[in-house]
Amino acid sequence: MPTSLIDADSVLAIEIGTVSTRVILFDVVEGRYRFLGQGSVPTTMGAPSNDVSVGVKAALDQLHDITGRVLFNSEGQLVIPSQPSGIGVDACVATVSVGPPLKVVAIGLLEDVSAESAKNLASTTYARVMETMSLNDRRGLLECLDTILQIHPDLIVVAGGIEGGATQSVIDLLEAVGMACYLMPKERRPEVLYAGNSALVKDVQASIGTLVNLHIAPNVRQSFDSEQLTPSQPALAEIFRQVRSRQIQGIQEIDLWTGNHLMPTATAFGRTIRFISKEYAHTHKGVLGIDVGASATTVASAFSGDLRLSIYPGLGLGENLPEILNLCTLGEIMRWISVDVSDKYVRDYIYNKALYPTSLPITAEELATEQALACQAMYLAVRQAGKAHPADRPGSMPGLLPWFEPIIASGSVLSKAPSRNQTLMMVLNGLQPTGVTTIALDRNNLAASLGATASVTPLLTIQSLDATNFVNLCTIISPVGNAPLGTPILRVRMSGDDGVESEQEIMYGSLTAFKLPQGQAGTLHLTTLHKFDVGMGGFGRGGTVKVIGGVFGVVIDARGRPLRLPAEPSRRREALNKWLTTPGSG
Amino acid sequence: MQAPITHFKPAAEIQRERIMPGGGRIVARRGQQVNPIDVVAESVLRPEHMLLDIGRGLGLSPKDADHYIQRRAGDEVGEGDVIAGPVGIGRRVVRSPRSGTVVMAGGGRVLLELEGEFVELKAGYTGVIADIIGDRGVLIDAVGSLIQGVWGNGKINFGLLSLLAHAPDDILTPGLLDVSLRGSVLMAAYCEDEKVLLTADDLPARGMILASMDSALVPVALNMSYPIVLVEGFGKLPMNQDAYDILNSASRREVSVIAEPWNRITNTRPEVVIALPDGVRPESLTESSPFSIGQSVRVISPPYKSMVGTLTNLQQGLSVIPSGLRTQTAGVRLLNGDIVQVPLANIEIIG
Repeated sequence: MPTSLIDADSVLAIEIGTVSTRVILFDVVEGRYRFLGQGSVPTTMGAPSNDVSVGVKAALDQLHDITGRVLFNSEGQLVIPSQPSGIGVDACVATVSVGPPLKVVAIGLLEDVSAESAKNLASTTYARVMETMSLNDRRGLLECLDTILQIHPDLIVVAGGIEGGATQSVIDLLEAVGMACYLMPKERRPEVLYAGNSALVKDVQASIGTLVNLHIAPNVRQSFDSEQLTPSQPALAEIFRQVRSRQIQGIQEIDLWTGNHLMPTATAFGRTIRFISKEYAHTHKGVLGIDVGASATTVASAFSGDLRLSIYPGLGLGENLPEILNLCTLGEIMRWISVDVSDKYVRDYIYNKALYPTSLPITAEELATEQALACQAMYLAVRQAGKAHPADRPGSMPGLLPWFEPIIASGSVLSKAPSRNQTLMMVLNGLQPTGVTTIALDRNNLAASLGATASVTPLLTIQSLDATNFVNLCTIISPVGNAPLGTPILRVRMSGDDGVESEQEIMYGSLTAFKLPQGQAGTLHLTTLHKFDVGMGGFGRGGTVKVIGGVFGVVIDARGRPLRLPAEPSRRREALNKWLTTPGSG
Repeated sequence: MQAPITHFKPAAEIQRERIMPGGGRIVARRGQQVNPIDVVAESVLRPEHMLLDIGRGLGLSPKDADHYIQRRAGDEVGEGDVIAGPVGIGRRVVRSPRSGTVVMAGGGRVLLELEGEFVELKAGYTGVIADIIGDRGVLIDAVGSLIQGVWGNGKINFGLLSLLAHAPDDILTPGLLDVSLRGSVLMAAYCEDEKVLLTADDLPARGMILASMDSALVPVALNMSYPIVLVEGFGKLPMNQDAYDILNSASRREVSVIAEPWNRITNTRPEVVIALPDGVRPESLTESSPFSIGQSVRVISPPYKSMVGTLTNLQQGLSVIPSGLRTQTAGVRLLNGDIVQVPLANIEIIG
């Protein structure tokens, strides 16, 4: 019998989402962590239960039925750590995305500098910035005071002054905050996060520390031209935990199970992506994670451990869905729909889905519409998040995604799509990767839970980031350049490690799949026939690259970057349907 | 697991909380009879403050000025009232430029909260105030026929019900609206023309109950002065038979239209309450139940959206539905006798 090197054995991960509550059990089997099973029920934040712990317990009952594991004692309490009798679990982690976005007021010295950083920091959690205030604000003290009182924010983020920079102006900015908080009932005062000039921490504490629940985080603007959001994110996650514990019944109980380590789902997702980026640091590319959920779409891009996290509640596929119409035109959504439906149908679908976010598409038209919405949500989210990418990353080109390796796609709309072809096309159309990359699907939607477990049992995270949970859809090569449609732009010769060779000329505008069994290694020899960048170091440069086969083998996406779809609707649908079947069946 | 129940009840005892987002002043009292547009609580809509520099006004340092401030936090002041002073031979004083309440005094300054515009919380229901909920709102007991909607434009009103739909899927056109409907609550099936909404506003109508509406009309509907409730949703959807039958039998009865947006966190949703004729005994409401065979349910998505029926079976395990998704399904016997399999996630219990 193998001896386990692992101390903390079983781990229960709880994920309370807007639509579903999931509980996942991991345990050590034959010396390594395994995903043993999960329970999933609708989230019970709203009527009739109004208590998320009711859903968690129902999901745990389901888990008990599936795995046979007894988790509660006779008093109905979760047993942590597990008993010699086998009852209970050794550790529990939880993530939360349910609930309305936090209402935030962002304050900074200069509107385009530190106020922008305060806004950016807020966007790394489930938040909506309702108002921004700065020194170059035309409003006076009283107007700012009245604005804060009217908004009644959950959180005020203050980011002012570079290190060694302005001092008094920052304190002046806090006057309206202090007055507003003084005028609010104590139990309804907002949390205040100060992430400005560290020399002012004592002054800030003296100024408003007795009035509010003040949190201090590292300065997000150490210097005028650099923004560092990551060091402040733990403080923000802690604030989120505290606010949600007050707002949502049942959160406190779950938080206690975790030893007060409950965290935002997106933060946990970001942790996993950051972790993977360290493993992939040798590629000199970043790792991109995208999670399309009901409450928000989350983009996590990490470059050798440096995480950029952006959460877009307006791009969630649940109750907020109609907000997408404020961010793009209906036509921009329609362009991804492969069946013939009217504008009116799509708009009505969006509004009806917001009324019943848990409903599932029954017809092909509904499914195509939902997938088009997911595609557009990803498209908008990565373009918005791209503003935070370092400018000097390999493959950076204006308006295009820089090179990433790998890209991790998560969220039920992707993982539960009826076919992997649909998943792949949502990801390719929505993200439009460039260069050479691997697309991996988080098939059990574990990425966030694994991020949460990293602090308790890092080994679980490491061992679970494997092909069992993250399916390699394909290695994708996306040439960038310009040529008339149908022009040969690339010659590809693929040699599998099994000795099988294939060669093909790639035409501009095509999507081509090369068979390479899943997990099997191969070598691609790329010869450019036109001035295209295929991710080998510049325009017109070819080369050789080692690849691993995925569900669809290796895919050459020569449809162009940015992807241009036929303008005529029937031709566009024809193209979308053709591409849906091109990579073969997954 | 418990699932919420959507109500289409001919006669029901209804208890509803009416709550403001923040604190304010409760103007109703326990036991008071209210109608839907009675104000039960109010709070300041847009807080407005004024900072008076007492030191400057009196020609003193902030520290010295504090000795001359006559008002404390919580004091109400009228326009022209002395706030600080007198000082010196000239007996300089600082007066309040407007009426309001002193909320902060010290450091040579006085902060006044000015009397501003109030936002009013309406009762929404015809009933009796059963309880006062702190400084946030009231609990109301009401009785009536109850129809719960799925979308509302945020307004509340009441009036006599006028029926404009002769079938659950009639289209409401501007030509059907005339001056005889002034002051009425209009019941119709489907609206796809913004002229209908605008004409109703011009009458003015006191409310509109629709089965469904074109979603393109949402921005217009939100701007109407009268409440609009959708019973089914967006797109051309017929009204479910249960709701249609209740409304169809309530012509010229008083109806309250509470077009609150559906909010699952605060447990508010759009509702229509119709006064009961004498002698009808209301039933108490059950708010939730586990799914079980024989229950009345409504399908909430195409191709059977807004159809009601009876739950005939709950499939164990997962089934593949026409879109290709795998999910737990349930059998529903529709009113026309057809039995259809739909995802359990796409049906709701009605009762």
